[in-house]
Amino acid sequence: MPSVCFYFQVHQPFRVKKYTFFDIGRDSSYFAGEGEGDLNNEWVMRKVADKSYIPTNKMLLDLLREYPSMGISFSFSGVVLEQMEKYSPETLESFRELVNTGRVELLGETYYHSLAFLYSREEFKRQVDMQRKKVEELFSVTPQVFRCTELFYSNEVARAARDMGFKGVLGEGVDHLLGWRSPNFIYRPQGLNDIKLFKKNYRLSDDIAFRFSSSGWKEHPLTADKFARWVSQLNGNGEVVNLFMDYETFGEHQWEETGIFNFLRSLPGEVLKDSDNDFITLSEAIERYKAHDEIDVPYVTSWADTERDTSAWTGNEMQRDALSKVYEIEEDVLRTKDKDIIDDWRKLQISDHFYYMGTKTMGDGVVHSYFSPYDSPYEAFISFMNALSDLKLRVEKKLNYKDEKNKVTFRQSI
Amino acid sequence: MGKKVLMFGWEFPPHNSGGLGTACLGITKSLSKKKTKVTFVLPKKIEGAESFLRIVSPETPYISFYSVDSPLSPYLDGKKYESYSTKGDSVYGRSLYEEVSRYSDFGWYIAGKEDFDVIHAHEWLSFGAGIKAKERSGKPFIAHIHATEFDRTGGEGINPRVYAIEKRGMEMADRVVAVSNLTKSIVVKHYGIPEEKVEVVHNGVEFEEEEGEFREVSKMKEHGKKMVLFVGRITLQKGPDYFIRAAKRVCEVCRDTFFVISGSGDMQCQMMEQVAREGLSDRVFFTGFMRGEKLRSLYRSADLFVMPSVSEPFGITPLESLINGTPVLISKQSGSSEVLMHALKVDFWDIDDMANKMICALNYDSLNRCLKENGRREVFSINWDKTADKLIKIYNNL
Repeated sequence: MPSVCFYFQVHQPFRVKKYTFFDIGRDSSYFAGEGEGDLNNEWVMRKVADKSYIPTNKMLLDLLREYPSMGISFSFSGVVLEQMEKYSPETLESFRELVNTGRVELLGETYYHSLAFLYSREEFKRQVDMQRKKVEELFSVTPQVFRCTELFYSNEVARAARDMGFKGVLGEGVDHLLGWRSPNFIYRPQGLNDIKLFKKNYRLSDDIAFRFSSSGWKEHPLTADKFARWVSQLNGNGEVVNLFMDYETFGEHQWEETGIFNFLRSLPGEVLKDSDNDFITLSEAIERYKAHDEIDVPYVTSWADTERDTSAWTGNEMQRDALSKVYEIEEDVLRTKDKDIIDDWRKLQISDHFYYMGTKTMGDGVVHSYFSPYDSPYEAFISFMNALSDLKLRVEKKLNYKDEKNKVTFRQSI
Repeated sequence: MGKKVLMFGWEFPPHNSGGLGTACLGITKSLSKKKTKVTFVLPKKIEGAESFLRIVSPETPYISFYSVDSPLSPYLDGKKYESYSTKGDSVYGRSLYEEVSRYSDFGWYIAGKEDFDVIHAHEWLSFGAGIKAKERSGKPFIAHIHATEFDRTGGEGINPRVYAIEKRGMEMADRVVAVSNLTKSIVVKHYGIPEEKVEVVHNGVEFEEEEGEFREVSKMKEHGKKMVLFVGRITLQKGPDYFIRAAKRVCEVCRDTFFVISGSGDMQCQMMEQVAREGLSDRVFFTGFMRGEKLRSLYRSADLFVMPSVSEPFGITPLESLINGTPVLISKQSGSSEVLMHALKVDFWDIDDMANKMICALNYDSLNRCLKENGRREVFSINWDKTADKLIKIYNNL
């Protein structure tokens, strides 16, 4: 002890291209951005594959060979898998190789990396099922542990995950909810005995994901042996070290020049020098460790921004407006039974769209704009809402409202 | 005690026709607040005062004024000035350049009379005076660029004599102050001024808490119509033609939108003809030049303010609009787009995108409110005190 539980999130959204009001009713390929730039999803996928996914996969495969007891967990959104199939099959193949070692666990989440949990519980369940099917189809494994989009977690999330058959669920290690308890143990969600709760160790996770290359940090530069010492220091005070982060940390958020790959390459060796330590998957941790206490999380927490709540996606009026407009057409969309319309509607639920619309100005605003392919939150909102308006027209047309006279199209109504 | 500044300008509120006078007022007021003594020299007579008369206002004990009678206007170029002066409105020199030269001589004269540490001249018409003052006193000279000939003409038909005066002023200056990075890049690229000699000092804006809409448009607003506002001189630099072309696109899809153009200028007739030709006479209205409370109420009546400038060194109008609670769409070719994050931005030539953003800002209420509330909060951090702080730092480092 302790056991290091690495969980890497792999996700790429379908970004909405620059879509103007004049495109409404004329162009329904919302996600087909072109040219070299961050609104071209294919271009981004290939870039991230080259800089991050492929080299990191290769390194992890070598590490798994070198350390035969090592286990790692990954979670894939359905939309990133779709983009790998379409734009970078070699990336999908290299992930398959990893999973085929039998020591890589895959988690469950919503196919569309959506906030559906907050807005439509039915839609949420459908998307979790879709992701499970996609993972089974591509990797021949079935997810046993659930992570909600953006590490959303509450008592309710745990209950929903349990009801869908998951035996573990992930959440942010929010200090005031943990109280005196450390994130380095496994817990029980409030009132549930048949599902275990993992809390992210955000200090150690963010040391790698965010602070690794920040020269103003007093621990910079972070070396593998230093990090391994911090892990060993937890011996006796913890059983698991939950290092949860975006997989793109390696090579994309932290560029190769920062030394992130050398760090990852040396980390297992350094950690395993202490024979009490190991690397295990989340399911292995569930088998091995008992839940120490029950944790009550009455409202939804996340892994984003300093607030660790949902405000990164729902904090301003534009975000709430866009979200409610997407979900209010659920019934009509599903009634069309049109595969393309339903798929486009679901792609418009991807959490990233709403993140790009964030207008927080303090430190977090910098993070938002770093991750945004748009010039401003307003541009993000405009393209999104115009695309959604077009989708609404398609839905109306498909449902073919009988009374043509009473029909008011979006265009005529303004 | 701060530095004593001899400042050369050419217009001052309420006798101003554009943003330059407003900027000079903001700068001198804030400098005075920070105990920097400014002697402000004007090339034209202030109404009711004799030329060469010093006016000391009790409200601003650290500012004193000199004014000299001449018909100089910052927004006249040589050609127009010649047609103006031949009408016999002025008893002085025949051409603008003679006037500039006369103002320069005044710079020499005043430099011998006044006690000061720094010379600070705004815009090309006063550079000659600044240079003369420097020659006589040996004191350092700052050339403050609010607009260049490239901005005024859109880069076509540069007046070589104006350009030469601008260039000489910047070359003779110990420091050049540019109102934006955009302007700095023009100064470096087109005038060959070394980058390290040019400091960027953004403008600020004055706050006045007021309420009430513009009476003449309130009726239309009551009927649920949306108003888009343009404020500025109707000249090539300000892009009124792009505004009208975008308005046409908007009118094709939005029935309840009307457009107001407030300002005057050499393109006004042409613009009115364009509006008539496009069949927009019932949708686009011209108010002529407005200022003060009337202008502010016009800002407050609008649902969206648009500044489509082709080349705008700074552009203070979007800041005024935000203070009055109206969100803004501004061209990326403007200095204020460097300081405003909470604004819609567009390339001035991209009519489709301009129309797109107008329509979206008018129809997506949550967008309009976010722009308005965040923009208003942001604009309070852009004030003349900040501008004055930067200038004082420059004075002290000369």
